[in-house]
Amino acid sequence: MTRKWDLTGIESWEAARYPVGISCPDAGNAVDYITGGWRSERPVWDAEKCKNCLICWINCPDSSIVVEQQQMTGIDLDHCKGCGICAQVCPFGALDMHLESEFTRGDA
Amino acid sequence: MATQTTISATGNLLIAEAYRQVEPDVIAAYPITPQTTIVEAYAKYVADGRVHTELVTVESEHSSMSACIGASAAGARTATATSSQGFAYMYEELPIAAGMRLPIVMANANRAISAPINIHADHSDVMSARDTGWIMLFAEDAQDAYDNTVMSFRIAENPAVRLPVITALDGFITTHAMERAQLMDDETVKSFAGQYVPPEALLDTENPISVGMFAEDRFYTAGHLSTRRAIDGAASIIKEIGDEWGALCGRPFNAVNAYRCEDADYVIVIIGSAAGNVRHVVNELRDQGKKVGVASIRVYRPFPYQELAQAIGHAKAIGVMDRSESFGAQNGPLGLDVHTALYGQTQAPVRDYIYGLGGLDVTLDLIRQVYADLEETESIVPDPGVIYLGIN
Repeated sequence: MTRKWDLTGIESWEAARYPVGISCPDAGNAVDYITGGWRSERPVWDAEKCKNCLICWINCPDSSIVVEQQQMTGIDLDHCKGCGICAQVCPFGALDMHLESEFTRGDA
Repeated sequence: MATQTTISATGNLLIAEAYRQVEPDVIAAYPITPQTTIVEAYAKYVADGRVHTELVTVESEHSSMSACIGASAAGARTATATSSQGFAYMYEELPIAAGMRLPIVMANANRAISAPINIHADHSDVMSARDTGWIMLFAEDAQDAYDNTVMSFRIAENPAVRLPVITALDGFITTHAMERAQLMDDETVKSFAGQYVPPEALLDTENPISVGMFAEDRFYTAGHLSTRRAIDGAASIIKEIGDEWGALCGRPFNAVNAYRCEDADYVIVIIGSAAGNVRHVVNELRDQGKKVGVASIRVYRPFPYQELAQAIGHAKAIGVMDRSESFGAQNGPLGLDVHTALYGQTQAPVRDYIYGLGGLDVTLDLIRQVYADLEETESIVPDPGVIYLGIN
């Protein structure tokens, strides 16, 4: 996504460089905030069982169900916080929650 | 050509008239004594079709300031009015309006804060805004209330300022008493206030922005530093705008109104409606050969430290008259600011007098008592803290 705002070197920014009123010139900027690290459980998707009903997509509070041309293609682990709602609502058992510790470090 | 009409009106009606002339896009307000007649008058202008302001009749002051913040962030020229408990109820939003740098204009009818319940004039309500980032202008009379309100929009919206402004006037004394005042013609006020073009606006869908977000330490601190610089820098901009308005209306504007202070040995510093009483006593004592003066503060935030020090720094003793408390501090709010302004400038004693709480009468005798007291206090004495006037 193209951004108007370049945050490079923010550690050494002078106060005058921050926007007045701390507004943000980029709408929809939540995508820049990587919240995947908050997760203690990870949803694992079984494409075989998935019927593309997209109930998980409707319910996901972090827009982390990735859909292309009306087909689910995966999970955005950069933003999924591991709430488990998708696994809860899936009528086909196509999503399961696993402890993050089951995955090797750096796998996310 | 600026044309003024002499009218007889209350301070509240004059504020409503200033609002009518500037015609903000949005006014969101909730009634509270003694502010109510401002919005009551304005509601009639709306009902009569004289203005096209969106008047939002909210269910509380918490909501009125919230609605103002939303409207201002959307890009609207926005105003409101409140008093006392209502002011306290919207306190949560005051630093938000300032922190988001929204140029909201708000009239406050200065009134006592509970407990005990009291509806009369003092500065207990409005003084709680002094650390919020709002610019604070005080009116001495109805004319000041009008002039301050007209100027407020220009001050708030100035691109180098972008801060909300409180125009404070004393409850009942100034809000409700009929006074003679000069009302400027509509066209002159409209052209003085100009068209508000928001530097950014939520309704500008071509340039979408996010506002009022969570911010980590670095952004939070940068926001505060930016506000600090803006309000410090506002002093000279307020003076420029005040001079511009003064040239149109013929009433000079000063952040500090120093009266007969040039050679004065004993000076009172005061804010608001009682300043006229003090000037009366100054004239009386001057006739008796006493060198006395009075400085009244019109711009309270940003506080005019240098102007005040320059105007009264030479006095032998200074009495501050505070119309509110700062419990546990050595002085009331104004006393603390005067001490700061004079620090390193003078060794003269500064004594702080608390007067007029809950509308307690400010008699000429009480003011004479302060000057008599100052005459006896030339030598440095331990600061006695505050002295209450009119009660023992």
